[in-house]
Amino acid sequence: MKYLCLIYEDETMWPKMSKEEYGKAMGEYGAFTRDITESGHFLGGNALQPTSSATTVRVRNGKTLTTDGPFAETKEQLGGYYLIEAKDLNDAIQVAARIPSARLGGAIEVRPIMVFGS
Amino acid sequence: MTDASTHVRETVERVYRSDSRRVLATLVRLLGDFDVAEEALHDAFVAAMERWPVDGVPANPRTWLVSAGRFKAIDQLRRRARFQEKEPEIGRELADALHHQGSLDAAIGDAGDAEIADDRLRLIFTCCHPALATDAQVALTLRTVGGLTTEEIAHAFMVPVPTLAQRIVRAKNKIRDAGIPYAIPDLADLPDRLDGVLAVIYLIFNEGYSATFGDAAIRADLCAEAIRLARLLVELLPEPEAQGLLAMMLLHDSRRSARTVANGEPLLLAEQDRSRWDHAQIREGVALVERALGSRRVGPYTLQAAIAAVHAEAPTPAATDWRQIVGLYRVLLRIEPSPVAELNHAVAVAMSEGEERGLALIDALLARGDLSRYYLAHSARASLLRRLGRRQEALGAYIAARDLAMPGPQRRFLDRCVAELSGATPESG
Repeated sequence: MKYLCLIYEDETMWPKMSKEEYGKAMGEYGAFTRDITESGHFLGGNALQPTSSATTVRVRNGKTLTTDGPFAETKEQLGGYYLIEAKDLNDAIQVAARIPSARLGGAIEVRPIMVFGS
Repeated sequence: MTDASTHVRETVERVYRSDSRRVLATLVRLLGDFDVAEEALHDAFVAAMERWPVDGVPANPRTWLVSAGRFKAIDQLRRRARFQEKEPEIGRELADALHHQGSLDAAIGDAGDAEIADDRLRLIFTCCHPALATDAQVALTLRTVGGLTTEEIAHAFMVPVPTLAQRIVRAKNKIRDAGIPYAIPDLADLPDRLDGVLAVIYLIFNEGYSATFGDAAIRADLCAEAIRLARLLVELLPEPEAQGLLAMMLLHDSRRSARTVANGEPLLLAEQDRSRWDHAQIREGVALVERALGSRRVGPYTLQAAIAAVHAEAPTPAATDWRQIVGLYRVLLRIEPSPVAELNHAVAVAMSEGEERGLALIDALLARGDLSRYYLAHSARASLLRRLGRRQEALGAYIAARDLAMPGPQRRFLDRCVAELSGATPESG
């Protein structure tokens, strides 16, 4: 099954980190991505720019409404994601638990990808 | 109805009681879906009612039922596929079901005995998966592992039947959609996952044991069901903490008929008629505690069971080995600190080292604020103050306890304490 692991964390924590802390966290992400690529779990993934760069788009009565900022203002924000292939939810949870942000005060939301009949 | 057919019907009923959950557990694995498996289970027993009077009761009824259930399910899927050939989902289900057929003999033949035993563990771990909401874990476990009806579970937890049914449907949907596997956790995850299963069983027990409302008979059933589930778990996975939980529930439940008076008011441990305790259950609990303690992997359930065992083994309240209880609470507080355990430790200290020492601990605990809204902390304090002859302070503490207690037998008990003390000190008003 395919799962999307959504990484939620307080995005203000990154600029507050010392250079060493930041370097360490980045190194952990690099090692994690290599690991799950080797184990065959990795399908894709990206880090996202902070929500200050976000634009939210809605179409109402045929009119495109564009607003500055994320869909919802929350204490923790979507900061990145991994798309993974996992045997089942247990396998996906094990992968998600190894995402560095899960340990660094953040939370990972694991969502199964919907499959439509062909 | 002839004697022979009555006999067969009784056999089917007996097999249903003893084996329907095991058959269901295996059918879920073979068919890969809870609802399809439940329907198949039903069809298998219908088939047994038809065939067994004619063909005789099979040598291994369980294998027969698994086979019949599986056959009926595949037949059902085939028929549905014929009617709705364009439905891709049904086609896939059918393909899956047929794919499973190849492994049928291996699964339910000689080689499959261990596998079939494991199915019941799979069922337990899947129903108690932490990705399900706790109330859904409880409902699903009682429904599928325990075999209670939706109505029975709804009644026991005092929720409307549709709410409970909805809870179970949602849980089954999540198992399917999120890919919760029908599996025993990996060794690395087993301790955490076992804790989750034990928590669900304890929750069921507590609902039956501690609830201060509802039908006493239904609550007793919940306790019995929790004990049955724990027995099954100990049989399948003899981990010390599973033994500890079973022991603790057996020991607490052994006092069931002695712990209240006719109107439902609770009796303190010291006031209970110990001859009314269930001594066979106590012996079983004590033996389990000893086994769990012997494992040297002692957890919180085992320690609480050990404390209950010390109480259970005292022929009179005065003969209670309070020093040992204090020691056990100290170990418990080290491995799993909690304000309630601290309160119980303080009460044990009062019994073994004097009321003053225990009172000092409770005062410190209340000053910290953790338990200031917990009526038992105030009633324990009140009882120590009363024993120390500080009646005015005891009255104040009983009033605080009463005002925090939920309406019901506990509150009536505290009302009586307040009345007794204010009667003796009329100047207090």
